[in-house]
Amino acid sequence: MNEFVDLAGRLVSHYNQWITVFLMVSGLYIVIARGNMVKKLVGLSLFQTSVYLLYLSAGKILGGTAPILDPDFTVYSHPLPHVLILTAIVVGVATLALGLALVVRINEAYGTIEEDEIFKQDDDRA
Amino acid sequence: MSEHLPALQVVVPLLGAVLAALVRRPGPAWLITVVVSFATPVIAAMLLVQVLDGGVISYHLGGWDPSVGIEYRVDVVNALVLLLVSSVAAVIAPFARLSVLSEVPDDRVAWFYSMYLISLAGLLGIAITGDAFNAFVFLEVSSLSSYALIAMGRDRRALVAAYQYLIMGTIGASFYVIGVGLIYTMTGTLNLGLIAERIGDVESTRPVLVALAFIVVGISLKLALFPLHVWLPNAYAYAPSVATVFLAATATKVAIYLFARFVFSVFGAGFVFADLPVTEILVVLSVAAIFGASTVAIFQSDVKRMFAYSSVGQVGYITLGLSLATVTGLTGGLVHLVNHAMIKAAIFMGLGAVFYRVGKIEFDDIAGVGRRMPITMSAVVIACLSLVGVPGTAGFVSKWYLIVAAIEVGWWWLGLLIVLSSMLTVIYVGRFFECVWFREPAGEVARAGEPPLEMLVPICILAAATVYFGIDTELTAGMAERAAVALLQGVR
Repeated sequence: MNEFVDLAGRLVSHYNQWITVFLMVSGLYIVIARGNMVKKLVGLSLFQTSVYLLYLSAGKILGGTAPILDPDFTVYSHPLPHVLILTAIVVGVATLALGLALVVRINEAYGTIEEDEIFKQDDDRA
Repeated sequence: MSEHLPALQVVVPLLGAVLAALVRRPGPAWLITVVVSFATPVIAAMLLVQVLDGGVISYHLGGWDPSVGIEYRVDVVNALVLLLVSSVAAVIAPFARLSVLSEVPDDRVAWFYSMYLISLAGLLGIAITGDAFNAFVFLEVSSLSSYALIAMGRDRRALVAAYQYLIMGTIGASFYVIGVGLIYTMTGTLNLGLIAERIGDVESTRPVLVALAFIVVGISLKLALFPLHVWLPNAYAYAPSVATVFLAATATKVAIYLFARFVFSVFGAGFVFADLPVTEILVVLSVAAIFGASTVAIFQSDVKRMFAYSSVGQVGYITLGLSLATVTGLTGGLVHLVNHAMIKAAIFMGLGAVFYRVGKIEFDDIAGVGRRMPITMSAVVIACLSLVGVPGTAGFVSKWYLIVAAIEVGWWWLGLLIVLSSMLTVIYVGRFFECVWFREPAGEVARAGEPPLEMLVPICILAAATVYFGIDTELTAGMAERAAVALLQGVR
């Protein structure tokens, strides 16, 4: 029984990692399983978001404040992961914007954004 | 001035990209591209000379210490990659003007050059940086711009190819950054050299093993290691000719460099290849790439697609060399990295010239084109012979090293497989020869002629280079061997 409580405690105390893993796997699943190009991009964004959480979790200290210099606070989160993720978010936004732009162009060219129908149109023509 | 060369290597093309986007007109944008493309190999050559004279160059961006800031670090390995990428860019630049004008709508030509220069800056950045996260940013900089480059192709299938590449590329880059994050939590640093120093203490922990797996798979997506190559054939086939030449010659090569850097310098060959079964996995995948992709190449009806599949196979040779983790194997892999860049640049440039004159690139549409464009096609034939590995060409040198490396570790069957696989190359290259030389020109082809000199000269330079580096191997094989020794020693 004690072992069980121990294990449960360990699992719960790292709940942020479980959320990371859940987002990562579900994002990747959507990318693979969906044929709709916009939904694929949603999955991709979810997948990228999980990476942000992975980095930020590592920089967080329980009871720590934001990393602003102040004589009243001595314990604060590690600022570097935040900076890195700020960069990663920009990359993610750029990727999503470019992906959506491509989907718009694909919709203009093919009249659909379902992968199956697009491949079918190309096969028929070839 | 000379102490800031590492920063200039990346900043010059980046500024050029901004300028090209600002001028908006095709002519000036091209001129900027030419100036930048000729400046970058000069900088790379100066860096290489500095490295050969005085050892590793360490450049601290903004004066920050490497433990907190970003360090650019140039040794023999990445000096070679920098010189390769920038030289290819310099050869492409004069060729690009007419080809881009004919394939990209006028109002997008300046954007094309802007994307092209950003992609160049990103690739040079990956090669020069000594910081794991900075490498991710440059990876995405070069990838995002290459998706845009591919999407500018005329065929609507270019859009789908770009989209698929975007999905796969982003997954690859995210895998890479997950791996880097795990390493960061275990070692507390993002500097490749510092990671290499500290990783020995934690290398048997699970996060480090997981990080290795994520990084290897992530970069393998980018370098198109079989079976993670599915984005490549369509992307190369439907992109504008200039984009295909540039990406085929440089993008996968820089990803391979990053792979080698992580596996050998950061994690260490002893950990990756001796303690883990990475050699076995990589050898199997590489051989599968060589035979699988070469076989598929034989059955393509689109010439560009055929050579794109051939690229997947040729990447297999390079990873095969790396996977042996010996000096000879690594030398073979690196020398083939350089040689294949030149060979594929020459071939795709020749096809670009054909497309410029004929407007199509299916086998049936370009039958007999060799009789109308003999100089262009002769150059492509020379490059193809080098692809097969005919003695006296650059391809022979790399295959020789690979076979010797296979026999050195006692795997004579692997040497035999490499020889056998050349037969497959002979088949698809032979099919191409038969089509362009031995059939009667008809339709558009009958009216075609040699391309203008500004396209013809770059093709001939590359074809001549594949022959020259088959005879004088000092610069390619000699440098590759020094790079191999440096990689196997680790970063510091």
